[in-house]
Amino acid sequence: MSITTPTAPTIDEAAPQPDPNAPVITFDHVSIGFEGKKVLEDISFTVSRGETLIILGPAGGGKSVLMKLCDGLLQPDSGNITVFGREISHLKEEELYSARAHIGMVFQESALFDSLTVRDNVAYRLIEEHLPDEEVDRRVREALRFVELEDKIDMFPSELSGGMRRRVSIARAIISGPDLLLYDSPTAGLDPITSTTIVELIIKQRDVGHNTALLITHRLQDAFTLVSHRYNEQTKAMEPLPDGELDQNTRFIMLNEGHIVFEGTTLEFILSNDPFIRDYLS
Amino acid sequence: MPFNTIDQFVKKNVLAVQDFAILSLRSATNLFRRPLYVSDILIQADLIGFGSLPIVILTGFFTGGVLALQSASALSQFGATGITGQLVSLSMIKELGPVLTSLMVSGRNASGMASELGSMQVTEQIDAMRALGTDPTKKLVTPRLYATIIMSFFLTIISDGIGIAGGAFVAIFMLGQDGSQYFHTAYQVLRFPDVLQGLVKPLFFGTIIATVGCYFGMTTRGGTQGVGRSTTQAVVVASVLIIAIDFVISRFMIGIFGR
Repeated sequence: MSITTPTAPTIDEAAPQPDPNAPVITFDHVSIGFEGKKVLEDISFTVSRGETLIILGPAGGGKSVLMKLCDGLLQPDSGNITVFGREISHLKEEELYSARAHIGMVFQESALFDSLTVRDNVAYRLIEEHLPDEEVDRRVREALRFVELEDKIDMFPSELSGGMRRRVSIARAIISGPDLLLYDSPTAGLDPITSTTIVELIIKQRDVGHNTALLITHRLQDAFTLVSHRYNEQTKAMEPLPDGELDQNTRFIMLNEGHIVFEGTTLEFILSNDPFIRDYLS
Repeated sequence: MPFNTIDQFVKKNVLAVQDFAILSLRSATNLFRRPLYVSDILIQADLIGFGSLPIVILTGFFTGGVLALQSASALSQFGATGITGQLVSLSMIKELGPVLTSLMVSGRNASGMASELGSMQVTEQIDAMRALGTDPTKKLVTPRLYATIIMSFFLTIISDGIGIAGGAFVAIFMLGQDGSQYFHTAYQVLRFPDVLQGLVKPLFFGTIIATVGCYFGMTTRGGTQGVGRSTTQAVVVASVLIIAIDFVISRFMIGIFGR
């Protein structure tokens, strides 16, 4: 079951309606730095509707900063960022809240509200929109069923394992049926089995919900699982794509020291002769 | 200190003051913007107000008591122990009630706000809140600001009353003074400017406690160590500002009312 229920009315009605054929995200010569040090420099790329962009790169390369720029949590020093056809890099914070109604974000360390139960964490956006309790409960249970944690609804985040917290975070991100999902290292710090569970959830959401997604990962095996597997709705399990196929809607970007050093398809990535990528892949 | 270091130090502090002013102004004016988190204001009022009641009562009682002891000791040299009530009442209502209550509330709540919001900041909960479409200043800062202002006002009144009662306890049961005379002089000496001064101060002090606590919380960097640093800084800055602003308000009110 996917979570595709449209978000209730937080979208700014005055905002221009997005063009269905336009790229979901466009970065145009974006640069940002902190305390005089450049973190991202002259970054340009686009993400089309329904596409999954995997962002790879060594730690400290600016991947999380890039993710936060997509959600308007940071503003670039220069360049333009367009999300759903709306230029967000110079919007006021109040205007950004409506722009974020289409976006779900999974943070690196889950970022669950530790004083709220799983139910209230997942329902946060719906509660803020003052939806009736019955609808909130129904949608929370639906989202938690999707991540297979319905029985943990009344627990607090501190009572959950790291993997469970990450799954609750995914449930919170998808409950409003966002068109764009941002996964910031969703498998970081998890054991291989739990990581595979998380990757399976991401594939399930991709194949059933048909969202556009950006995903940061340090684990190459997670990235390759994403491009080489699909979710089978009949068997309700992840399975390899037939004949060694690769998912055509998945692309790679590699960041190093604030620059894009690679952008392309899975095959181009694997076959790249760039010494840095060869070194990274090995 | 090299010039560029001084330059950076000044810039950093000027920026911090600017950020503090923006946060304070935004959180104050959020009262007139939707959504208004009324239930959060009530929860904070309970935590800050009712939670601080025991320390405010104890502080008020013993401050009033020690004031009576010291005043009676000094006044006895002039044979004027009969005005002990006046001294206790004026001191409590104009100065010690508002200042000590605010220092207690600051120690308990500015630190609490800084550590709570600081923990949320370093674990990305504030960013998550923004990503989920909620303005953290509306949800977290504004309720704390108004709850602290309102509860500081009432806690000060309670502290004043308990302080005068503590002074009475010492004057009557330890110094053998006449209770009727104590309360009569304590009441007779009070004028409108005295009461006004005592009631205006907690409004400013409450603002300082909440804005300083929330500012240091919201700007926390550097993990758990950063949370500890923010907590300490919040209490120190809030306490110093309370005493400094107390001087400014006292001078201003004395300038206007002459007492």
